[in-house]
Amino acid sequence: MNKNNELVRATALNRIYGNQLAVSDVDLVLHKGEVLGLLGPNGAGKSTTMQMLTGNLSPTSGEIKINGIDMLDDPQAAKRAIGYLPEQPPVYRDMTVKEYLFYCAMLRDVPKAQRASAVDSAMQRCSLLDVANRLIANLSKGFQQRVGIAQAILHNPKVVILDEPTVGLDPIQIKEIRHLIRELGNDHSVILSTHILPEVQAVCDRVQIINQGKTVFSDTFEQLAKRQSAPVLIVSFEQAADDMMFALNSLDGVSRVEEAGKSRFKVAFKDRHKPALITRLANEKNWQLTELTPQSETLEQIFMNLIHGDTAIPSAVKVEATGEAA
Amino acid sequence: MSKIFSIALSEFKRMFNSPLAWSLLAIMMFILALLFLTFIDQFVLYVQPQSAALENPPGVTDIIVSPLFMWAGIFMLAVMPVLTMRLFAEERMNKTLTLLISSPLTSTQIVLGKFLGMVFFIALVVALIMLMPLSLSLGTDLDWGKIFSSALGLFLLLGSFAAAGLFLSSISSQPIIAAVSTFGLLLFLVVLYLSGSSESNSSELFVYLSHFSHFLPFLEGVLDTSDLVYYGLFIAGFLILAIRKLDNDRLNG
Repeated sequence: MNKNNELVRATALNRIYGNQLAVSDVDLVLHKGEVLGLLGPNGAGKSTTMQMLTGNLSPTSGEIKINGIDMLDDPQAAKRAIGYLPEQPPVYRDMTVKEYLFYCAMLRDVPKAQRASAVDSAMQRCSLLDVANRLIANLSKGFQQRVGIAQAILHNPKVVILDEPTVGLDPIQIKEIRHLIRELGNDHSVILSTHILPEVQAVCDRVQIINQGKTVFSDTFEQLAKRQSAPVLIVSFEQAADDMMFALNSLDGVSRVEEAGKSRFKVAFKDRHKPALITRLANEKNWQLTELTPQSETLEQIFMNLIHGDTAIPSAVKVEATGEAA
Repeated sequence: MSKIFSIALSEFKRMFNSPLAWSLLAIMMFILALLFLTFIDQFVLYVQPQSAALENPPGVTDIIVSPLFMWAGIFMLAVMPVLTMRLFAEERMNKTLTLLISSPLTSTQIVLGKFLGMVFFIALVVALIMLMPLSLSLGTDLDWGKIFSSALGLFLLLGSFAAAGLFLSSISSQPIIAAVSTFGLLLFLVVLYLSGSSESNSSELFVYLSHFSHFLPFLEGVLDTSDLVYYGLFIAGFLILAIRKLDNDRLNG
């Protein structure tokens, strides 16, 4: 990838709390116009990573560059390029939405002449115009969350970092916030942390899974989709016959057949599914096809595999995870 | 610099968004007004009849204004911790400190902004208290020099309270603990003065260390540079400690 396109590059981040290793050797890269999902179970080190990226916490070792600026060398300039929504929206409950956003605009170096328009457009994007003059304390959790997002995008930062932005929201609000994040991805780069899998699938281009402080998976959804079509069909038949295995194996393009139960087989194809061949075979032999399911590796399966080690980690994932991170 | 000022202004305004500042000011003015009336009573009933017999009788300012400012200082011993606990400890508890930390600000700007906000409040307190002696000028002549030096003394004393409170607030994440420890420290310094100046066990060092001993000369109308320097050092010392603490937070989380 083009180096100039890199908005965030964190290398070998380590963070030790006392004698507990919270984040260990995490590398993270965010390109322009990309939405990166940081995924992991509770306590995996997602928030700690984000706190380090936003300059709230110094890494024990490692380097963070935001838009080419080192976070340690020039924290002010680096922070100017970031909009950050922590786990709890940092809103002053005794201010009105508008007052609060004006204050944030001042803190973020938005020139005085542009503050009003910056606040207006942030409120518009987060649908806050109706509550502009209400006290934040009187707003519902969902609106407070939106105020939090508004303060993160107010100064039009290159990188928006959102820590679990949809926690505690109702399904409609979740949908709206996801839509907003998707929209943000058009002209900002976004890092999003969550432990909700569908959320990542809904809004992210790329996913990085962190477990126990380590990156265990990092790939784009395109790559993931390609792997998903690594074509395996699960077929089962009503009838039983001895030559089923052999017949399936001799079909055109089939690379491997595994028995997965009584008259049930996992049929692996070389490059793509050919379900038509199987239906034709079943018809010819009158085996009565009862199941024909494409087996794909979903994000959820990958996640479960990586986190709980239900099955061995596919070697391809391992290689690509380190390959991407390097 | 303009950011420090803007933070200060916002902090000052936010104090008045909650009933806290209003009620503190109201209670303070009520109590000080009662004291003020008592002092006037005393003056009219006891001091004035005798003063004709004296060669150099104490004036209105000595009997009424100086004690009023001293009582204001004592009263603020209890009030200031409640105000300073909000500065960092409450923000930390509400997780709003992240807003300032992740904004392009230095720790110095954050600390000075918050302190300046308190200075605005202190100026307001001193101005409100000044109104009482000013009302006397309708009926009598006042020793203006003494009044202004008292006001300056009170201003510096409260500034030192605020700086100490700000530091203790920056090291705790629970507002109540910040308030209690600030009150403890401020009271300790007063006790230091009392024990240092007691007849049986006097200690010049204790008296020097106490912020109250440097306040009393102002009430006499004495402007001593050593007192000014003491307050300057006291305030700067605690502010620097608070800045260091904020910087250190990033390392220790």
